[in-house]
Amino acid sequence: MSSTLRVDPIVCTGHGLCAELFPEMIFLDEWGYPVLDKRPVPAELLGHARRAAAACPVLALRLDRG
Amino acid sequence: MTDNIALWYAARATGLVALLLLTASMVWGIAGAMRSGPAGWPRFTVTLLHRNLTLVTVAFLGVHVGSSVIDSYAGIGWLDPVLPFGSTYKPFWLGLGAIAWDLLLAIVVSSLVRRWISLRVWRVLHWASYLCWPVALLHAIGIGTDSRGGWPLGVAVACLAAVGIAAMWRLGSSRRPA
Amino acid sequence: MTVRATARIRPSQAPGRLTGLFGAVTLAEHRQRYGPLPAADGPALIDAVRRAGLRGRGGAGFPTGRKLAAVAAGRRPVVVANGCEGEPASAKDRTLLGNAPHLVLDGAVLAARAVGAARVVLCVHRGSPRAQALAQAVASRPADGVAVEVAQVPRRYVASEESALVHFLNDGEARPTSVPPRPFEKGVGGRPTLVDNVETLAHLALIAAGGPDWFRQLGTDSDPGTSLVTMAGAVAHPAIHEISLGVPLGQVIELAGGPAQELSAVLVGGYFGAWVPVRAAYRLPLSHDTPPGGGPALGAGALVALPAAACGLAETSRVFSYLAYESAGQCGPCQFGLPAVADQLRLLAAGRLDPVGYRRLTSRLQVIAGRGACRHPDGAVRFAASGLAVFEDDVRAHLRGYPCAGVRYPAVLPVPHPRQIDGGWR
Repeated sequence: MSSTLRVDPIVCTGHGLCAELFPEMIFLDEWGYPVLDKRPVPAELLGHARRAAAACPVLALRLDRG
Repeated sequence: MTDNIALWYAARATGLVALLLLTASMVWGIAGAMRSGPAGWPRFTVTLLHRNLTLVTVAFLGVHVGSSVIDSYAGIGWLDPVLPFGSTYKPFWLGLGAIAWDLLLAIVVSSLVRRWISLRVWRVLHWASYLCWPVALLHAIGIGTDSRGGWPLGVAVACLAAVGIAAMWRLGSSRRPA
Repeated sequence: MTVRATARIRPSQAPGRLTGLFGAVTLAEHRQRYGPLPAADGPALIDAVRRAGLRGRGGAGFPTGRKLAAVAAGRRPVVVANGCEGEPASAKDRTLLGNAPHLVLDGAVLAARAVGAARVVLCVHRGSPRAQALAQAVASRPADGVAVEVAQVPRRYVASEESALVHFLNDGEARPTSVPPRPFEKGVGGRPTLVDNVETLAHLALIAAGGPDWFRQLGTDSDPGTSLVTMAGAVAHPAIHEISLGVPLGQVIELAGGPAQELSAVLVGGYFGAWVPVRAAYRLPLSHDTPPGGGPALGAGALVALPAAACGLAETSRVFSYLAYESAGQCGPCQFGLPAVADQLRLLAAGRLDPVGYRRLTSRLQVIAGRGACRHPDGAVRFAASGLAVFEDDVRAHLRGYPCAGVRYPAVLPVPHPRQIDGGWR
């Protein structure tokens, strides 16, 4: 069972905390919105992924299981 | 129940520190919502600092409430910190403290379970912080035996200035808030 | 100015399945030509549609039978008939609604019976000239267990996207929403909702009467049947035509009387589609499947022939600015990315963009797609990218500062006048 990053683009307002906390798989475009790596999150990076999702001020970033 | 001057000092001191911490948390919370902060600080540090300041505030308030109740000199019962205006000791000012404490608990608990509640519910509860903080300040000023003057009042004024300026900045800003 | 619905209809060409019923506007006339409403059994009708292989005619080409089955699995579903036609280059839906409204309504009622719905909402744009006539058509029908109503939706490009329609019917705001859940799971009133284009429903009515084997006599194996297309631009007789799916685009150009002047390219699939160079365009098979040789699918059937005397970059830029304006403004990449690209396309069309700016333009196109709640930015980006590819000779000239004379050619691709666009989303 793998986890992938997913963002609700309507809820997201481009705060950018996710990219700060998980630069391995998230970077911000020139307007401050996240571009996600769609591949499954490697097991060793799951902690960072969870922290990034928890830090989002509007909870737009989610970690999808499976 | 013990009757100990140390408890009274503890209650007073933790109350004052809690007010300072809560003020700092409000300012950092507003800064985060305004997407601002000290230059070079990553956004997540502003958010985490706001969160941790609030949690430490709760810890200090736990001691503040506990020592007030255990200290039987003032006759404050266990229910009085959560059920306002029922105490025999300065019921109005203590009641304000109970209201602030209740609001803060609601805000903190809702933030801890954010992932499982709707965003709108969380947001509405979080806006209650703009009610919680002034009520806490009034409680602090009104209930203290020596807070109507001198340096305690100065501290209260400083806190009022900090949050007042931050709130006016937020409410008056055209920038789309969080 | 959108393509006018009074563009001539040419029912004389072979199929005429839909167009053969055009003109029977009253219920009595329609019954005379089409016959009585088939007694529909839910699962049997869904099976017939599935075997017929009908695919959506609103652009996506999703298999209708599968959608029906998914909605039928839910409780107390609702049917939404999408007659908004937000695509400015398309006029087929309004033509169908104006000329054979009862065929569409039959299809909607049959779809409702198929999925077990008791409510049908027919959506058209606010202020549509057809709204009144449609309401009358609805009123003239017997109320046989299915309540049909007409809803008027704000005139915005993305307002007719399926989640936007559901959002409007629920909360009065015609903006797309995040999916999941998709409308077929949870839509109007929280109930499973079937959102189908009006032409799809018209074909459904034909399948119910004629059967799946008859339906499959025309079209291709994977995309059977006929489809309405809007042939506009530099052809002798711009009009709505009904084609057998799979025919080459060149046949439609000939049906339209041939090119009015020398062509450089054809836009296939409207503003959600892509440009095709004219020689390849003639050979391009029109269907909802991506052609094996590459190129765009038919989408909602909007075809515009571009004369060689016009400038493809100027046309692309003008339409893209419209698409950027029509963003619902909910998702950052679309809300900020599309206007940024629009600015650069304008500079490019004017010959004022340099190669560095061009590289930024192409990298922006890559970063915007796929990051919105709906497919609007994807479509806009695909449209722009196809323009840059097909008109690459023009791109080279424009980048050197020499825009072609075609930039002064009158506008070919229709774009609504700002006054024709509703100000808000409610």
